[in-house]
Amino acid sequence: MSALGNIIRKEIKELLTPQTFLPIIIVALIFGTMGNALQGVQEGAEEPPIIGLINEDNNNLSVIASNIFNKNAEVVFNSTTSMDKEIGLEKIKEGNGIALIIIPQNFTKQILDEKPGSIEVYWVMKGAGLMDAISSSILEYLIGQVNTNISQELIQENKTINATIVLTPTQRVETTYFKGREFTGISPNTLTNMVSSQSIVIPIIMMMIIIMAGGIVITSMALEKENKTLETLLTLPVKRTSIVTGKIAASAFIGLILAIIYMIGMNYYFQGFQMGAGEINLTAYGLILTPMDFLIIGISLFITLIAALSLCMVLGTFAKNFKSAQTLTFPVTMLAMIPMFITMFADFDTLPLALKVLLFGIPFSHPMMAPRALLFDDYLLVIGGIIYVLIFAFIMIAIAVWIFKTDRLLTGSTSKKWKKLFKKRN
Amino acid sequence: MPLVEVRNLVKNYGKIQAVRGISFNIDRGEIFGLIGPNGAGKTTTLRVLSTLLNVTSGNVKIMNFDLDKQPGEIRKIISYLPEDAGAYKNLTGRRYLEFIANFFESSKKQDMIIRGIEIADLDERIDDRVDTYSKGMMRRLLVGRALMTDPKLTILDEPTSGLDVINAQEIRKLIKNTSKQGTTVLLSSHNMLEVEYLCDRIALISDGIIVEEGIPKNLMNKYKANNIEEVFTKVVK
Repeated sequence: MSALGNIIRKEIKELLTPQTFLPIIIVALIFGTMGNALQGVQEGAEEPPIIGLINEDNNNLSVIASNIFNKNAEVVFNSTTSMDKEIGLEKIKEGNGIALIIIPQNFTKQILDEKPGSIEVYWVMKGAGLMDAISSSILEYLIGQVNTNISQELIQENKTINATIVLTPTQRVETTYFKGREFTGISPNTLTNMVSSQSIVIPIIMMMIIIMAGGIVITSMALEKENKTLETLLTLPVKRTSIVTGKIAASAFIGLILAIIYMIGMNYYFQGFQMGAGEINLTAYGLILTPMDFLIIGISLFITLIAALSLCMVLGTFAKNFKSAQTLTFPVTMLAMIPMFITMFADFDTLPLALKVLLFGIPFSHPMMAPRALLFDDYLLVIGGIIYVLIFAFIMIAIAVWIFKTDRLLTGSTSKKWKKLFKKRN
Repeated sequence: MPLVEVRNLVKNYGKIQAVRGISFNIDRGEIFGLIGPNGAGKTTTLRVLSTLLNVTSGNVKIMNFDLDKQPGEIRKIISYLPEDAGAYKNLTGRRYLEFIANFFESSKKQDMIIRGIEIADLDERIDDRVDTYSKGMMRRLLVGRALMTDPKLTILDEPTSGLDVINAQEIRKLIKNTSKQGTTVLLSSHNMLEVEYLCDRIALISDGIIVEEGIPKNLMNKYKANNIEEVFTKVVK
């Protein structure tokens, strides 16, 4: 064998370990699950939107509008009087629809009188994630089509109407129903943006803290082994619990400092986005976090940080040196990034069951979901999450302390049962 | 009553039997040496006695504290120096000794640090970062760390391993002096001359079993050998 071949063979043998592949396999499985779920959302988006239609105006321009809706949407409720609005909304909710559209009786007349004809849209919003906004965007596109077709009609008929009305003959009057609340004059997209501006910072901060502080814990364990200081530490008169909690507390402290530095930068970055949302009075819609909400988010953040670091401590006991610590940080990074992206793009309530279970199961998700949930008073999800993460943290600390009390930390040995299992699988 | 009592100590790593039922006592103030080739079970025995590894079977008592049930009590009275130990590289020698002293009674802390600095004998280099130390300096610092706490039992795994003659000699003197001051020492070594010079009693360990035990001089007489190396060869053969 040539020298080059010899080196390649040795390198491959060194790298071809379960530690190298296991994180990638786990991540591939998680992404596979996410892909399936997102495919479901996309397929849903390609289907015609489910709507209700009340057309009070029986003139030619309203007929153009209703034809577009009837042709391109699945109309589950049809009526000619706005007295049926409540019944229509009920039907939409039952039929998993997205909106009830009302074309008022003076629609055609208003346009011909050179005033924009109103199209009343009553949105039934299910989630405030970016993916949730897709279905409303399809209907918005159809309303745009109505506009275009009416413009064409006005031009073809050679009506002597001013150009502005010809180009924009309709106007939307929107009301959004979301989580039991009514938001007058706001579309789902605006609402999503408003909610995002309130809840996007925490997932990013949380992800950064977990990655940074988690890396510190794992590396700290790896360096204890690499620098041969662990054995001395373990023979000193100090409880194993103190070693574990000491390492976690120190990393949490450093993680928080890093988070504060990061938050300062992020704050400037997000100020640009918040200026746009500033035109809408968020307080008027109750879309503002109270001091109590911030306290709950703080508790959730703190407990999750402890849980994350406890998990990292368990992983850190597997680290043999600095190199293996880098590999072990990878699954933690992925576990922090997955909930961040999911919570950014979708609402917990609108996720498929498998993804809901996955999101709830990842402890890092909870502070990321908390701001949005608290904006809509979903305390059950947040408090339930805090309890779950607390239990998770206790279990992880107990496992870490247990590992510290066994030979495993120094010998790297696994139990006979696991070895047998591994042999059988091989 | 002996300070250390080891009875039928067995330590397995899965199917591998590292220590196969050894028994020995160490008296107070004694320097006791475990001698044997690589893989004989010396380090495993020392790690068990240092509370690092759990006992598979058998019984170990140090100052009447049961190793299995009272490891916390044992950690207060022992000091362990592993063969390839290191120190926290971002600390200075002095800060490292302070860090260790902080685990012990606060009233003794300052005395410990002074003693540690004296034993390490690094002069002004004690205030330099550990990662700038040579191997010999590092070992002296670690010996200082191990002995400064005035332990009842000091467990030293190959205390002079990898050191040059002068550094090794200094460390041997330190161990001898510590013993004279009342500390009991359990050490392991490959170096038979070192063992002959240092130890009051020795146990020869091979393949996880103690094959011979006694005072070096008596063993040499018994086996009509000129040194412990010859004793060991004759016993193992």
